[in-house]
Amino acid sequence: MSLLEVSGLRKHFGGLLAVNGLDLAMAEGEMLGLIGPNGAGKTTVFNLLSGFLVPDDGDIRFAGRRLAGLKPHEICRLGLARTFQIVRPFPQLSVLDNVKIATLARHPAMPAALEAARAVVERVGLGPRARDLAGGLTLADRKRLELARALGTEPSLLLLDEVMAGLNATEIDAMVRLVGAINAGGVSVLLIEHNMRAVMSLSHRIVVLSFGEKIASGTPREVAADRRVIEAYLGEEYVHPAQA
Amino acid sequence: MDPTLVGQGLLSGFLFGGVYSLMAVGLTLIFGVMRVVNFAHGDMMVWGMYLAWLLSVRAGIDPYVGFVGCAAVLFMLGLVIQRGLVERIVDAPHEMQILLMLGVALVLENAALVAFGPDPARVRSPLSQGTVWIGPLFVDVARLLTFGLAMILTAALWLFLARTDLGRSMRAAADNPYGARVIGTDVRRVYAAAFGVGAACVGAAGALVSPILPFQPASGLGLSVTSFNIVIIGGMGSLPGAFAGGILVSVAESMGAVFLSPSMKELVSFGLLIAILLFRPAGLFGRTAA
Amino acid sequence: MKLFLLLAVAALAVLPWIVGSYLVTVMIFIFFYAYLGQAWNIVGGYAGQLSAGHAAFVGIGGYASALLSMRLGVSPWIGMWIGGVLAAALGAVIGYLGFRFGLRGFYFVLLTVAFAEICRVIALNVDAVGGALGLYITFTGNPRQFQFQDNRAYYYVALVLMLAATALVRALEQRRFGAYLTAIRQDESACEALGVDTLRVKMLAMVLSSFLTGVGGTFYAFYLFSLQPNAVFGIPLSVEIVIRPIVGGAGTVMGPILGSFILSPLAEISRTYFAQGGWTGAHLIVYGLLLIAVVLFLPQGAYPALRRLARRGA
Repeated sequence: MSLLEVSGLRKHFGGLLAVNGLDLAMAEGEMLGLIGPNGAGKTTVFNLLSGFLVPDDGDIRFAGRRLAGLKPHEICRLGLARTFQIVRPFPQLSVLDNVKIATLARHPAMPAALEAARAVVERVGLGPRARDLAGGLTLADRKRLELARALGTEPSLLLLDEVMAGLNATEIDAMVRLVGAINAGGVSVLLIEHNMRAVMSLSHRIVVLSFGEKIASGTPREVAADRRVIEAYLGEEYVHPAQA
Repeated sequence: MDPTLVGQGLLSGFLFGGVYSLMAVGLTLIFGVMRVVNFAHGDMMVWGMYLAWLLSVRAGIDPYVGFVGCAAVLFMLGLVIQRGLVERIVDAPHEMQILLMLGVALVLENAALVAFGPDPARVRSPLSQGTVWIGPLFVDVARLLTFGLAMILTAALWLFLARTDLGRSMRAAADNPYGARVIGTDVRRVYAAAFGVGAACVGAAGALVSPILPFQPASGLGLSVTSFNIVIIGGMGSLPGAFAGGILVSVAESMGAVFLSPSMKELVSFGLLIAILLFRPAGLFGRTAA
Repeated sequence: MKLFLLLAVAALAVLPWIVGSYLVTVMIFIFFYAYLGQAWNIVGGYAGQLSAGHAAFVGIGGYASALLSMRLGVSPWIGMWIGGVLAAALGAVIGYLGFRFGLRGFYFVLLTVAFAEICRVIALNVDAVGGALGLYITFTGNPRQFQFQDNRAYYYVALVLMLAATALVRALEQRRFGAYLTAIRQDESACEALGVDTLRVKMLAMVLSSFLTGVGGTFYAFYLFSLQPNAVFGIPLSVEIVIRPIVGGAGTVMGPILGSFILSPLAEISRTYFAQGGWTGAHLIVYGLLLIAVVLFLPQGAYPALRRLARRGA
């Protein structure tokens, strides 16, 4: 059974058609990469999936349920969690307390929520920083925190919005390992990313968006070789490692 | 319902709207340029009123002449408040700004209380004695003059914003604060000027109103609330909105006084406010994008 | 810390038997305004929704129990809960209109002021509830009617109110509701993305806050024996309610109490000073200066600042 089924998704802002009839499907356990040039509509898709925007048209089914009209917190409770492209930590709370807000969704009692939060914090590698205020973290740690919070809601599908952006090569490697481990642990991931190495190595399949439309989909290798994708986004220089 | 009464109410409401407009224009200018809500607006107006009173009683200057002086003093006061206080919290969360200006309001209101006492005061102008008949309706000369001068001042402000460099800088800063900085606008100077001009408007409005209505230090907060009503109904940051809103609210209150009762007229403007807040928070003339 | 608090409460319990009646009255106002401030703290401090119209709830609660007592002979001990519920109903309306329609910051403040002013104007003009003269409660000194001969009885009632509200806020702070409030205050959208029903949480905070404030209205009515629309619905009372938590530390448990202990004596001293000069009410100048000072130098309030000092010293 498909975990996520999107059909005919459409959204416009005034005169701009941001998403134009998108069809998308994800199976359980899959890691799907969503790539495309800036302004292609990728984050808009995330906002539509997570309930922050209302689609003009189209259908979104998650674990068999229609998501139309649901509020973001309801969608999160159903098991679809997202991160924000520009991270939004609670600046005056500690790392642990930040994640605690997320775990409280599944564990209303404070002690249980704290324990679950501690586990998540350890899992993403922020253990040493658990008591630090979120406002004082480095960008790489804030990205981890953003990821940890989404994980804390115990999602079955995780939407990651440019979680590598702004990180250096070492940090990206670490993040790639982390995201891979999360997926291996059973959480499906839909990944928006500009870092081609990361996306191509992590994803099982890739969907390419340009001007709100899907122009290609397939395995990383197929997509990297696709003429339309090269013209719209990748450029001639990009060579998928498997083709080199 | 006697049509003459209604007509009278409409006319007097319309004329008084001139002052409301001037008051609101000052507030919306400050908000439009600096994104600061001036909770001390009404209390500045009260000081405009008392300054006019002082000029009249101590120097024999008619408020219809003296309003210029009141505007000048309030302009200075606005500059001082902006440079000394507001500038420090321009980037602070909104709640802090509100509390700061509330503090300023309390200081201004009670300084007036200490300086002038709690009893209502009024300014005598020889012009406030006359009446003029327009058909079956009559109008105080004072109200006509107040309306006329308020309109002239509003027009002058409009010209200032449209034609002078400083005025254009203000509009630029209101439209796009970051962009204004990028092109080299001295934002501090623009902010200070905006606050000063806004204060001058409300100070002049106070002086112009002083021969018409009795006033006391306690009137301050009520006038602030009325200013906010008008500005929200018209659209925060929109000058045509403040102008139209002032006339609209004044007429609405006047009608409220005629059809309900004089002491219930505020219900009308509050009702309007709540309706706008719910259904068109951008206001009648405001842009729907934030 | 706990030992200190216990000793403080014990000292407060014994105080009325040691000091004179004037000081007991001062303490009553400290406790009562701390109570109102603590009630406000739930929605204004923790949830971060600045309400400048909380006097409306005091007024509704006070008027409700006064009228029930005067017209229907209902004991204020019962009337205070009814007053609280009515106040909570208004709170729910304001909260729903504000939160559902996405009014934040200044717009929400103005909404609360608008409703308070509407209540004031209605109370002023409807003769059935006393009109411009307001309501006067006849003194019977009968405890069943929430009236006491001895000032000290009021002292203990006020003290219990303050302690109960504080205990409640502390309990909430430790639980999910409190954590959610604090997070909502910092970033509502992030909360939504983490499964928090922000509308529901804010509504709960508003309803709880207005309920407690409404209950306080009964104390107001039956301690002062009169309800004047301008006094009990007016902005000055809203300012009194708001300024104590702000100065003491909004969003902290001790904030409203500390604020009240700072402000009430300050108000008394400056009130006497200004009254000597013949300027009644001008003590609010001190409030204004204090607000300005707090915003510029201690935006989080006195309590967090003290806590930082204590930590550095320890």
